[in-house]
This record gives sequence, structure tokens and C-alpha cells, in this order.
Amino acid sequence: MKRLMINKIVLLLSTFAAIIGLVFLAWILTTLFLKGIDAINWTLFTKDLIDGGLRNLIFGQFVMALVATIIGVPLGMLAGIYLREYGRGVYVNIIRDLNDIMMSAPSIVIGSFVFVVVVVPSGGINGWAGSIALAIMLIPIVVSTTDNMLSLVPTELREAGIALGGSKHKVVLDIVLKAAKVGLMTGILLAFARIIGETAPLLFTSGTNSFWTTNLNNAFPSLTVSIYDLANFPTDKARNLAWAASFILTITVLIINLVGRFITRDKG
Amino acid sequence: MAKELIMDIKDFSFKYAGAPKPSLMNINLPVYKNKITAMIGPSGCGKSTLLRSINRIHDLYPNNEYTGEINLLNIQKNEFENILDIKKENEFIKLRQRVGMIFQKPTPFPMSIYDNVAYGLRLSGLKDKNILDEKVEKALKGAAIWDETKDRLKESAMGMSGGQQQRLCIARAVALKPEVILFDEPTSALDPISTKAIEELISELKEFVSIVIVTHNMQQASRLSDFTAFMYIGELIEYNKTDKIFLNPKEKLTEDYITGRFG
Ligand SMILES: Nc1ncnc2c1ncn2[C@@H]1O[C@H](COP(=O)(O)OP(=O)(O)O)[C@@H](O)[C@H]1O
Ligand SMILES: [Mg+2]
Repeated sequence: MKRLMINKIVLLLSTFAAIIGLVFLAWILTTLFLKGIDAINWTLFTKDLIDGGLRNLIFGQFVMALVATIIGVPLGMLAGIYLREYGRGVYVNIIRDLNDIMMSAPSIVIGSFVFVVVVVPSGGINGWAGSIALAIMLIPIVVSTTDNMLSLVPTELREAGIALGGSKHKVVLDIVLKAAKVGLMTGILLAFARIIGETAPLLFTSGTNSFWTTNLNNAFPSLTVSIYDLANFPTDKARNLAWAASFILTITVLIINLVGRFITRDKG
Repeated sequence: MAKELIMDIKDFSFKYAGAPKPSLMNINLPVYKNKITAMIGPSGCGKSTLLRSINRIHDLYPNNEYTGEINLLNIQKNEFENILDIKKENEFIKLRQRVGMIFQKPTPFPMSIYDNVAYGLRLSGLKDKNILDEKVEKALKGAAIWDETKDRLKESAMGMSGGQQQRLCIARAVALKPEVILFDEPTSALDPISTKAIEELISELKEFVSIVIVTHNMQQASRLSDFTAFMYIGELIEYNKTDKIFLNPKEKLTEDYITGRFG
């Protein structure tokens, strides 16, 4: 009787909490959509920030996330493969725990770290530093997905490869990775979506830039950092630009996530 | 004895890493050439452990302990070699090319039907496209699955039925022309019709290879095999010609098991 009561109360409270969360989410999204759609127009995509557009910012944000992915995915995958396929003993679990801690490290801490070890020695903020900060965020995510996705590949499949005369690394490369391919791709996509919307790691690593540039040695245009700057600007024009930028960013992340989920649903 | 031995297991004991006691104790088992040897016994008695010792697949995992001999006939030299002495990676690979293994659940690789069969051949260093084509075709014919697959060799093996996948796995093993094929309950995940097809296939295969099959289906053991070994809690209780084991077992334990008094 008492347990039933407690059950009901807990259910009620958690439903209530969920509703509060959803209400705020819906509120944020509707505001964003209303303000964003109002602020969006074609010239945003053809002009740079200095001329009142977002072109260089979108490009810069994308390039830094892409460079981070190119740096981080191979490292993260190799580490994940090591943990699942080769690592033995207790210290493998210690590495897993450390990786989980890395994954939940506040992104501003990562930004500060890169500021100290990259920005200061290199003499100023630049696109490489921003990419490295994003890569540091991405690596633990990729390590964890790789580890998890490989754990779903049945042991018998590895043994079957060995039983046909394969060496361990051949079997991992030819069979295990292939069997986990869809999951790994989705993981990379979701990790990309995770870092493309980050502000804190870029704030004092890449900074942002009002002009068009493709040179990662310069302060590099960042959509998120500019949203942060623009939102603090007193003019309506700047605020509208911030809304438009936020809207574009949200839509991009949403689409990448949907694509990721769609791929996994398709192939199970 | 007139029949020829292909393998001779002597005083073999096996203990898994960290296990409190051995899973196999002093196993002595001959395996005759071009015959089917069945291993029966209740679940957990050590059938898979013994089977998996024969291609040293246990060595994927560290710190297992074993003693005794598993002597495999080297046909070229016409002498027996103890496979437990193998230490080098390339010798392991050779051993596994000589001793194939089929698992309980079909294990098709996530690649085309053709590439599945060619996988072991390519690992063994074969590159010539024409020879590969020829060997793949021959293996698929040998596994009685050529007619079903010849028009879809480039399609993924994952789209095949369970029974077809198991025959593909057999083709994959046969392609390497092994001397022995080990089957670990190869039909327990299949429907009766696929089971029948696999059983017929195994009977045909013994013309070319020697076969060791683990099964907990007694009808299957009596239908298929020439020799049967009955195991119980890590020991080999009785070994004989299959009809002797089933019609006239010497041990009380064997009789109780085959008459279904426990299992
Ligand atoms: N990887 C392992 N580590 C430790 N013990 C194992 C392992 N695999 C099997 N065993 C034990 O070894 C014994 C024999 O198992 P197994 O050979 O799988 O039996 P069967 O194939 O006859 O059902 C069982 O007691 C089982 O619990
Ligand atoms: Mg078993």
C-alpha cells in the first residue's frame, strides 16, 4: 500500500519535471523559430559579417568542426579499437572511466587548456587552436562510440575470421570494423553535430573574425562566438543577425541528428 | 587397425584462465580419416572446449592452461605433429587453414557472398582473379549452394537465410581444402529443413575431409557419425563405433544419457 503510494508520487513528480523541461524546450524553439525566420534572408548567405551577412561565419564554423573531425576521428577510433579489441586487464577500465570524465569535462576548461598550450605559445588566437579545442572535445566521444559499437559485434564473427587463418589485426580491419560500420558512421556524425554548436572551446582559441578568410593561422570566423558577441550588441540589426545565426545553427544540428538517427534505424 | 588416423588426442587436459578446476581431464580420443566423429554429452561437459582446442582458437584469450598432446597428421611428411607445440603466428595460421571450424550460429561476414568464400583464400595469399573465381565456384558447389548463389555472388551474404548462411560458412571453410573440419552444433540454430540439408552436406563432405561434430541431438549423432565419444563433466566416458555406443553402450552413464534419463 505504502509502496504503491510512493510509486504514484514519484511518477507524478517525474512527469511534472519532464513537462517543465519540455515546456522550456518548446518555448526556446518557438522563440528561436519565430525570431529566426523573421531575420533570415538570402543575403545572409552571400555576405560576410563585415557587410551584415553570415557567410564567413558559417564557413569558418564548419571548417573548424571539419578539421577537428579529421584530427579527432582517427585518434578516437584507434583508441576505441585498442580498448575493445586489444586492451587487457583492469587498466582498460581505468582508461574507460577517464574517457568518460573527459567526455563530461566542461568545454570552457578545454578552451582554457588550449589557450595555455596552443594560443599563448603561438602568439595569438587562430583557427588551428579552435580546431584543436574542438578535436579534444570530439575524441572522447569517438572513443566511447567506437568502443560501444565494436562491443556489439558478436565474438563468433571474430573467431570465424581467426578460424579461417586471419591474424587478429586483419580480422579487426576486414570484419569487425565492417560489421560496425553503420554504427561508427552514425557515431561520427553525432559527434560532429555535438561539436559544431560549441562556443566555449572557441571563445579564446579561434575567437571570431568579421572578414572572409581561409587561413587557419588567423583569428578564424566562428558562428557561435559571433552569436555571443552580437547578442551583447545594443542594436536591433546585430540582435537579428544573432537570431538568424542561432536559427541556422539549430537547424543544422537538428538535421545532422535526424540523419544520424535515420541511418541507424534503417540498418538496425 | 586398417583405418587411418588423422588425429590422435592424448591425455589432454584443459583449464580456462582463472577457472577453479579444469574443464577437460585426461582426454584420449582418436579421429579417423574421412570419418565423422561425434561428441555428445550434457551441456557444459566440455564438448566445445575440446573442439576449440583442436584449432587452438582458445589462444585468442590469454592464460588458459593445457597439458597433453593433440597430434595431427602431416600428410606430406606422413608423421604426426603435436599442435600444442605451435607458438608462431604463421604456424597458427597454417593450422587453421588445415583445420576449419563451423560455429553454432552462422557467421557470414558483412561482405558479398563471393568475398566471404574468397576471404580465407585471399588470406592464404591467393590473388589471381581467375583462380579465385574457380575456387569460389568449386567451394560453393562443394557446399551444395552454387545453384542458389551463382546469380547473386556480388550481393551481401547478410541477406541470405540462416540455412544458406550456414552452408556459405561451410563453403568458406571447404575453399581452403582443410584436412579436418570442426562443427560445433552447426544445426542447433536452424529449422528442420535446413538441418537436413546441412546433415546431407556433412555426410558428403567426409569423402574429402575428416569431420568432428559436436551435437546434443542424439538422433543427429546416430544418423551422421561413424564414431561417437560420450563426455561427462570434463571426462571422456566412452568412445566407440557409433552403432556400438547407441545399441550396446558399455558404461551405465552412457546408457542413461542416450536413453534420455538425464541430459
Ligand atoms: N571462457 C570460459 N571461461 C571459463 N570457463 C568456461 C569458459 N567457457 C566454458 N567454460 C566452462 O567449461 C565447461 C565446459 O564448457 P563447454 O565446453 O562450453 O561445454 P559444452 O560445449 O559441452 O556445452 C563448462 O563448465 C563451462 O562453464
Ligand atoms: Mg558447446
